[in-house]
Amino acid sequence: MSDRAWPPGELTRVPFWLYTDAEVYAREQQRIFGGPSWCYVGLAAEVPGPGDFLRSHVGDYPVVLVRDESGALNVVANRCAHRGVQFCQRPYGTARELMCPYHQWTYDLRGKLRAVPLRKGLRGQGGMPADFRLEDHALERLGVAERHGVVFASRAAAPPSLEDYLGPAMLALFDRVFDGRALRVLGHMRQRIRGNWKLMFENIKDPYHASLLHVFLVTFGLFRADQPSEVVMDTTGRHAALVSRRGEQKASAATAEMKSFKADFRLRDARLLDPVREFPGEATVVMQTIWPNLIVQQQSNTLATRQLVTRGPDAFDLIWTFFGYADDDAAMTARRLRQANLMGPAGLVSVDDSEMMEFSHAGLSPAPDAAAVLELGGRDVADTPHMITETAIRGFYRHYREVMEL
Amino acid sequence: MSERLLLRLELEELNAAYAAALDEDALEQWPELFVADATYRIVPRDDFERGLPLAVMHCESRAMLEDRVAALRRASVYAPRALRHLISGVRMQRIDGAVIHAAASYAVLQTLPEELTTVFSAGRYLDEVVREDGVLKFRSRIVVFDSVLVPGSLVYPL
Repeated sequence: MSDRAWPPGELTRVPFWLYTDAEVYAREQQRIFGGPSWCYVGLAAEVPGPGDFLRSHVGDYPVVLVRDESGALNVVANRCAHRGVQFCQRPYGTARELMCPYHQWTYDLRGKLRAVPLRKGLRGQGGMPADFRLEDHALERLGVAERHGVVFASRAAAPPSLEDYLGPAMLALFDRVFDGRALRVLGHMRQRIRGNWKLMFENIKDPYHASLLHVFLVTFGLFRADQPSEVVMDTTGRHAALVSRRGEQKASAATAEMKSFKADFRLRDARLLDPVREFPGEATVVMQTIWPNLIVQQQSNTLATRQLVTRGPDAFDLIWTFFGYADDDAAMTARRLRQANLMGPAGLVSVDDSEMMEFSHAGLSPAPDAAAVLELGGRDVADTPHMITETAIRGFYRHYREVMEL
Repeated sequence: MSERLLLRLELEELNAAYAAALDEDALEQWPELFVADATYRIVPRDDFERGLPLAVMHCESRAMLEDRVAALRRASVYAPRALRHLISGVRMQRIDGAVIHAAASYAVLQTLPEELTTVFSAGRYLDEVVREDGVLKFRSRIVVFDSVLVPGSLVYPL
C-alpha cells in the first residue's frame, strides 16, 4: 500500500489497488467501520418485543441487536468475553438472556455478565480467583442510535449524534421515508457479490449508469437522465442522494443516446409497474447512501434498506430488508411486493447492477496500478440540479481519503 | 398401474419439462407449464418459516412469468451461464378437489464462463397442480431455497 501512488487531492482518478489491497481493507475496518461512524444494523421492527434479537454486522464485525426488558435497544459484539466464541448462531429469535454454549457464561440482554458456572469451584477445588469480578467481563457494547425505527451502531467511544452525523439535507430525505410511522417488515433478500464493497456505494452514487444500463428504468421512465433530477450531498460528501421524478415511455433527444430505451417493450401484466404517489413533493425515487454501510431505497412504492456487510476486499454481502408501514392497506402491500421484482438478486433492475459490480471487480483486480476516471459533470464536488454527473462518487472519495489518510 | 403411481409419473414429467425449459434455453416454454392465474414465488427459507410475504421473484400471473422471460431476452444484462436443475423426491402430498398438492427437492448447478460448476441453489418446491385440457399445470409453485444468501445474481428462475 505504502509504495502506491494516489496524488494528494486527486478525486477524478481512483486507483484500482484500493479495491483489492488487504492492508487497505484492514484500515477500512479500523477507521471507517470501526471509527466514528454510524453503521446500520437493522430495523427496530425486526426486534419488536423484549428479548427479540437479530444477528447483524458492523463492517465485517459480528454483532447482535437485542431489545432488553425495558424496551431499549442494545448492540453487543457477538463474541463471548471468555474465549471469543461467537455465541449467537441463530439469525434471529427471542431470548431471556444471552448464553455462550461453550462454558455457559451467561449475560443479560444488555450484555452484562450474570453467571459463570463453577466460578467458586467444586468441593473447594478450582474455580475463578477470589478477585474475579463479573463486572469486568461484559460483552463489548456498541453505541446505539435509533431514529424513526432505524437502528445504527458505532464502535467509537464518543460518536457524534446521528442527527449531526447525517446533516440537515440528508436528515430531511431520511425522514421523508422514515417519518415516524411504525414500519412493517415484508421480508429480506441477501446476496454475496464478488466485488469490493465500495463498488456498491459508487453504484448508488452514479446516476450516469442508471440512465444507460437499466432497460427497465429507462424504458419505463422510472429513472432517466432527461427527467427532473438532482444529486444532493451532506457537507462532507460522504452521504448522498439521487432524487428524480418519474416520466413517460416516450422517445426524446436524450433517449436517442440510450441504447437501453426500447419504445416497443410492453409488460403483459402491467400491475408490476402501477405506482401511486405516497410521499410529499415531486420526487418519485430517492436513493440515499448513508456512510458507510446503508442504502435507503425508495423507488416508486418499493422501500428497502440495503446493508453492506464486507467480506474481505473481494466480496461483500448485500442484505435487503423490504418494508412498508404498519398502516398500509392490502392494495399497497400488494403493490410493494410486486414492485420488489425490480430489486434484489433477481431484480429486473438490480440484476444488472450486481452483475456489473462483479464485472468491475474482475476487470480492475488484475490491474492495481490503473485507475478509474471520474470526470462526468466536472472535477468538483457539489450538489447538482441534474444527474449527468459523477460528483457524488468524487464526494465519497474526498471523505474516504480524509478518513483513511490516503 | 395404480392411479397414484400414474399421477406421480405425470408430476415427474411436469418437473422434467420445467427443468428442460429453464436448462435448455427454451425459456418461452416455461410459462406454458403454468395456468393463466398462476402464482410463482421464490422465497428464502428463513422468511418462509416466519411467514413474511416478500419474494425474491414474485409473479401473480402467467403474464408476469412471460414478462420475466421477455426481460431475460431483451432487458437484463448478465454474464452467460449454464444451469442444470436436479429435481428429486417428487411426491404427491394430497388431493384437494381439483388441486393436487405436491412437493419436490431441487438443486441447481451453475456454470459461469471460465469457472467450475458450483451448486447455485438447493431447496424445495411446494406446488399446487391442476389438470387443464388433460395436462397437469402449475397453479402455484413456491420455491423455498435453503441458503438465504444468493451467490451473485439470481438471473433465471429456480
